[in-house]
Amino acid sequence: MDIGAIQIEKKQVVPLINKILNPIIFVLLGLAFGSIMIIAVGFNPITVYSKMISYSFFRLRGISGSIKAGLPLMLCGLSVSVAFKMNLNNIGAEGQYAMGAILGGWFALFGPEMPIMLKLIVMFLLCAAGGALWAMIAAALKAYWNVNETIVTLMLNYVALLFLDYLCYGPWMAKKQTTAISESIPKGMHLPDIGNTGINAGILIAVLIAVFLYIYLRMTTAGYQMEVIRNSRKTAEYAGINVRKHILMVLGLSGAIAGLAGFVQVTGVVHRVQAQLPGGSGYTGIVIAYLSQFNPIAVIIVSILFGGLVNSCAAVQIMGVPSQIATMLQGSIMIFVIAGEFFNHYKVSFNSAKRDRYYKIDRNQHKEIEGVKQ
Amino acid sequence: MEKSVILEMKDITKRFGKTLANDHINLRLYQGEIHALLGENGAGKSTLMNILLGIYRPNSGEIFYKGKRVSIKSPKHAVELGIGMVHQHFELIPTLSVAENIFLSIGQCKFILNKKNMEETIARYAEKFGLAVDPAAKVWQLSVGEQQRVEIMKLLCRDCEIMILDEPSAVLTPQESKEMFRTLRKMADEGKTVIFISHKMSEVMEHADRITVLKGGKVEDEMLAKDATVERLTKAVVGLRSLEKTVRSPIKENSSLLLEIEHLCVHNDKGIDALKDVSFSLRQGEIFAIAGVAGNGQRELAEALAGLRKVKSGCIRMNGRDITKSNARQRMEMGISFIPEDRLQMGLIPGMNMKQNIILKKFREPEYSRFGFLRNKSIKAVTEKYVETYDIKNGGIELPVSMMSGGNQQKLLVAREIQCDPVLIIAAYPVRGLDIGASEAIHRILMEQRNRGACVLLISEELDEIFDMSDRVAVLCDGKVMGIRNTSETDYDEIGRLMSGETA
Amino acid sequence: MTAFITSICATAIVYAVSILYAAIGEIFSQRAGIMNLGLEGIMLMGAVSGFLVVYHTNSLMLAILVVILVGALLGLAFAFLTITLRADQTVCGMAFMIFGSGLSGFIGKNVTGIASSVKFEKINIPILSDIPVLGDIFFKHDLLVYMMYIIVPLSMFYIYRTRPGMILRALGENPAAVDAAGINVFALRYWYVIFGCAMTAISGVCISLSYTNFWNEGMTGGKGWIAFSLVAFSGWNPARAALGALLFGAISIIGINMQIYLPGIPSQFYGMLPYIATVVALIITTGSFRKKHTEEPAALCQRYDREVR
Repeated sequence: MDIGAIQIEKKQVVPLINKILNPIIFVLLGLAFGSIMIIAVGFNPITVYSKMISYSFFRLRGISGSIKAGLPLMLCGLSVSVAFKMNLNNIGAEGQYAMGAILGGWFALFGPEMPIMLKLIVMFLLCAAGGALWAMIAAALKAYWNVNETIVTLMLNYVALLFLDYLCYGPWMAKKQTTAISESIPKGMHLPDIGNTGINAGILIAVLIAVFLYIYLRMTTAGYQMEVIRNSRKTAEYAGINVRKHILMVLGLSGAIAGLAGFVQVTGVVHRVQAQLPGGSGYTGIVIAYLSQFNPIAVIIVSILFGGLVNSCAAVQIMGVPSQIATMLQGSIMIFVIAGEFFNHYKVSFNSAKRDRYYKIDRNQHKEIEGVKQ
Repeated sequence: MEKSVILEMKDITKRFGKTLANDHINLRLYQGEIHALLGENGAGKSTLMNILLGIYRPNSGEIFYKGKRVSIKSPKHAVELGIGMVHQHFELIPTLSVAENIFLSIGQCKFILNKKNMEETIARYAEKFGLAVDPAAKVWQLSVGEQQRVEIMKLLCRDCEIMILDEPSAVLTPQESKEMFRTLRKMADEGKTVIFISHKMSEVMEHADRITVLKGGKVEDEMLAKDATVERLTKAVVGLRSLEKTVRSPIKENSSLLLEIEHLCVHNDKGIDALKDVSFSLRQGEIFAIAGVAGNGQRELAEALAGLRKVKSGCIRMNGRDITKSNARQRMEMGISFIPEDRLQMGLIPGMNMKQNIILKKFREPEYSRFGFLRNKSIKAVTEKYVETYDIKNGGIELPVSMMSGGNQQKLLVAREIQCDPVLIIAAYPVRGLDIGASEAIHRILMEQRNRGACVLLISEELDEIFDMSDRVAVLCDGKVMGIRNTSETDYDEIGRLMSGETA
Repeated sequence: MTAFITSICATAIVYAVSILYAAIGEIFSQRAGIMNLGLEGIMLMGAVSGFLVVYHTNSLMLAILVVILVGALLGLAFAFLTITLRADQTVCGMAFMIFGSGLSGFIGKNVTGIASSVKFEKINIPILSDIPVLGDIFFKHDLLVYMMYIIVPLSMFYIYRTRPGMILRALGENPAAVDAAGINVFALRYWYVIFGCAMTAISGVCISLSYTNFWNEGMTGGKGWIAFSLVAFSGWNPARAALGALLFGAISIIGINMQIYLPGIPSQFYGMLPYIATVVALIITTGSFRKKHTEEPAALCQRYDREVR
């Protein structure tokens, strides 16, 4: 394709160095843009940035705080990565997170008496189930009726959040409280910190899932089939792969992981069920998944960075910087990285010679040309 | 009536890199004639037309339009000159009406749409040219034949003088085809010049005034339709038998029946019958060819046998057992392999590397996966074995398959399909678009399979290939089996006649 | 009783208008093939920019101009990313949503909660507003609402009765065909995305300078998502979107008020209705079991690349 003398060609292979260097460059550009905004409200970006970094990453408390804030982000990021790996736009992580918290929380608050360890395990499973089932609604609609899963998962988010709202303002509302929170869950069901590092054990769950996903996607036949489907549904069917089953499975898995974000948040961080529990993590998860290029291990790392970003708001708020700086920077970084992705996939060259202007309109002609070019 | 020359292409040459797509082609068109452009895939027909349409510029040669030398600079210029084409894949908007679609393409309506006016104008044009279209109907409601008529209307409303149609009958039923050619004749009588690209000899002989045959980028023959015979055309399109005969062991006496196909009826994507009451049987250790022009049901037959397409009625029996209802995966397990004609759209995944493509059908087997985990070492080993055995040239087995040449891609595909010692190999146009070296390699592989005792169902358009490779041949025309012969007992002439629709 | 119904209807109209600007803008954008999930963020940016301009200059005129400009710039950026750089539309939309929410809160920090002295005042249209009941419902609103009375029929006319509208309808279904007709697909998509975002920004200012007259972080409260769902719910048709918006508005207001009359049904369930309705509408209008052609623009969310097939 020509735009005058600029030529754009799709690349076949993306070199590894590009994959790593590219996001870093554009993250820095995103931060640079953010600094313009910071200056606009009257602060010195260098002071602000350095304060944020030192608060979140140069003290143990800061790191544990970053991890804690990053926990739900990790799980949401992993959830979204799984779905996007098969070209399924699951933007319902927020709702699946909420549903997981609701199902598991219900059990924790009102479930029958049983040994604490067992109760915790059942709650774990219920949280996963809650998220999975919620996601499967969209999955079934997509698999059987080809309904746009982007819109459906999005709509279901609000249904789930409103339901959570209702429960926390209504039947589950703790006595003597005026805000929408439930009673605390039983003490024994709190997810402990690791030793006295202050780092919550939830991170083990997240890391295990990340490792599991990494292995699952890269090394198993299921992951392989997913990649085939992502590339070409037609070829997948030719190879005897049951595409419908995979759509249901993948979205179910995605929802389950998002539901576990609810588990971790309820048992490890807030120790109760409350309205607006997800607080946007589901959406941030999408950003993180994309920035990590859907690689589970990268998701963990990026989530901690984002967690740090969120955490550090407290530090700079004292200076007077608006707390929205976190969201603003997240958004800014993401936009620049998206723009940067272009350079990973396309090669731009400047061509001064006048080329044969042609465009292929017809699949048939395209194939014929392929044959001729041998 | 003396017809005047409206277009003349002199010595047109077009190169793509090292390939010569058009080699000093001379074409003369008379006004008001229907001219057929005949030739196999890759012969250069589309390239030549693209030059007329302003999509490509010739490397050398001249074009004279209405006596004046012209250089067709762009598609827009071609439109201005009055040259237009109806593609095989229509460019219509399903949710808009016929009138809206036509006005969209000719760009001549006012800012505020006047539906009534638009529809009346189209109705008038339609009547003038004898085309039955309903201007108010939405395109998604129309049949394929009707949609094609809309495409033709688009050209007419643009006052197109030279109309090019690319394989127009490929998507039509025989009745619709007849209708369409009647329409084209009417256009010609009104003074329009029609070029249609085809590789169906029968329709070319019946409906064209003059025929030009292209082969390998050159004009192989040119004649008046009334002087054309199947023999002459076949010779021009396919050429004389020139390939070396591949070694073939004699068919075993009384080799057992492998597959019985009885009264098979299969629909194509548009819901029309692609195969009508097809019956034949396949034996072990033979190569059975399906001859016929592409588009007569071959694709549907291949897909139905591979388990990728549902059978409307009829029965497929393998070793006596009814397998009609089995799916693709079950057929794979029964030992049926399929080399599809869409190499990159179906058979391989261009974005994945060689190793990943090789295990496409085998990944469930214990050799390649255990407890759900892929065994990378054995996958790598088998890939390297293939590369060596079949001499598959590649830049690296970690690189995407799209970077390999067509011939090597096909070798990979074929190698994969024969890997599990299948009992039946369905090979659809296995050497289409490949050079001689790759073709011979593929043929050798298929012949080895036959000698080993497998049955190869070879779907091909090239009589050379069919006569060299196969033991028996069935001719498919319009979804019906016209006749089945032993290749040793028939010749090009008879097969050609069957291909063009003559009954056995 | 009449007063009650009248006031509900009037409030429903105000609610509806505040999401219709965004919804209609997005209808144009999606019909051109581009899905913008960042509506919430762009609305917030519109709201905060308008408010800031009025706060500093007391000029509504200037505010509207700046709001449109801000929307257009965001639209330009979105178009550049999704059309020229061929970025994934879903991810891009998310980014804009987050960026818009964050940036608006960031720059609006200093004016949070402060009431603006200038806002869009209600204008009673002479004569018409004196009609009993109907006058109270329809003709006692501000400029933004009256503009919408014109915009809805104008959009309908544009899409279904004009040549550029026909091209728009074609664009979202089969950009290749439009390209073949010699029309510049890329330029058109840019224009529609920019238009869509500008409209969305106006939706934002409906909330900060008309519905209320102050700014608060996240004050759109999910209206961006309702607007988005309205697009699918209405089958990409502005008139149906207007009806849907009124419906959603009525439900939401009734929900708040019904607490008193029907304490059994919590207000959150009324809140869920628009979303559930959208899913149902989507299934009905685009499910593959339909015999009719689906209403969803066929090329929605697909990058258009001449070469790549």
